[in-house]
Amino acid sequence: MCLAIPGKIVEIDNKKESATIDYGDGTKRKANVTLVDVEIGDYILVHAGFAIEKLDEKEAQETLDLFREMLSAGEEN
Amino acid sequence: MFSLRDKKLAREIVTKIKKLDVNLKFMHVCGTHQDTLVKHGLDVLLKECGIEIGQGPGCPVCVTTQREIEEMLLLAQKGKTVATFGDMINVPGETQSLQNMRTEGYDVRTVYGIEDAVSIAEKNKNKDVVFMAVGFETTAPSTASVLLKKPPSNFSILCCHRTIPHVLKALLDMGEIKIDGLIEPGHVSTIIGAKPYKFISEKYNVPQVITGFEPIDILMAVWMLVKQIRNGKAYVQNEYARAVKEEGNIKAQRAIDEVFEPGDIRWRGFPVIPQSGLMLKSKFEKYDARNKFADDLDELRDKEIKEPKGCRCGELLRGLLSPQECPLFGVKCTPDNPIGPCMVSIEGSCNIEYRYSDNYKK
Repeated sequence: MCLAIPGKIVEIDNKKESATIDYGDGTKRKANVTLVDVEIGDYILVHAGFAIEKLDEKEAQETLDLFREMLSAGEEN
Repeated sequence: MFSLRDKKLAREIVTKIKKLDVNLKFMHVCGTHQDTLVKHGLDVLLKECGIEIGQGPGCPVCVTTQREIEEMLLLAQKGKTVATFGDMINVPGETQSLQNMRTEGYDVRTVYGIEDAVSIAEKNKNKDVVFMAVGFETTAPSTASVLLKKPPSNFSILCCHRTIPHVLKALLDMGEIKIDGLIEPGHVSTIIGAKPYKFISEKYNVPQVITGFEPIDILMAVWMLVKQIRNGKAYVQNEYARAVKEEGNIKAQRAIDEVFEPGDIRWRGFPVIPQSGLMLKSKFEKYDARNKFADDLDELRDKEIKEPKGCRCGELLRGLLSPQECPLFGVKCTPDNPIGPCMVSIEGSCNIEYRYSDNYKK
């Protein structure tokens, strides 16, 4: 139920209410984007037809870097 | 977009955890976490490292009570068009499911989200369309958003929204099981942020990590929990920072606050849990199916509604039981012939166990 699928915004209407989301496998669907502040090209998480949050690519990379850092820091950390 | 299935990194984390030689029990509250755990065999792998992870009351369809299901069945029987998410229609009521009613000719629709249900109402002005609004904080903003846009007057909802932090509190207060750490649901957290969990670490001294859904996310969360425990700490960490902001999604929170107020509600397997429900505020009562169709629903008011015979979903949702410990699992209760909701929903731990467990594969 709380499953949310990541996708990329490829089109957005003037009122910024509805957007076309490309899910990367050829699937494109409309989603309601009134709960988020987004632009074309942003990656979002879609749940039950609504974008619930924007995905932050920079943050994702930083998280991975942080994981590696934490692991290499050993058990004292 | 993100490479969070790096096997080398996964192995590295597991090796590190194994070396710590622990004996811990963690809980998560999300069907998607359970799916990742079982699908990738992480549950078995972590058990070998001394860490057991169970799914608590984290499946909206599963925690919906038998009474709420009977309400929906009765509304369908009374001639309403009822719409709900796919899994819900297969949950058995006392004598039948919505799916059975559909085959008998009652108007039962499966929808992807609430907006689809509103479209049905717009296209069928002569019909009363009731949407069964189940789901946690992830789903509640979509319901709120739709009600704020004034849907047609023939549209209403059977409100069954519930919130996660208070059920966690209830579990800890009940004290039936040992919980050394909590893996918090990533998508609920995109909405609520980190703050609503903080009282749990403070009051119960339980570490928490908000976690994403890839295998590396979960392994990393386990590592973070173990580290907190080893360091004698208990606080809320955010592993899923690519999607969860500290403050959550403010717009979505505002929508929820405008439409709902917290209220006491029963969860399957639990007594009434204070403040764990989202109740429609009085200014939205015209969209409240319980208010609008009070006469139709009256016959349920004093009726005692029983759980399915032999079903142990309640204990499972409280973390007291694993699917394979239920005598009905895989024998009398299967996805094709489910007795309880945990076998119906793709987010239910019995359904997940059945789908991925070699022993029970069809």
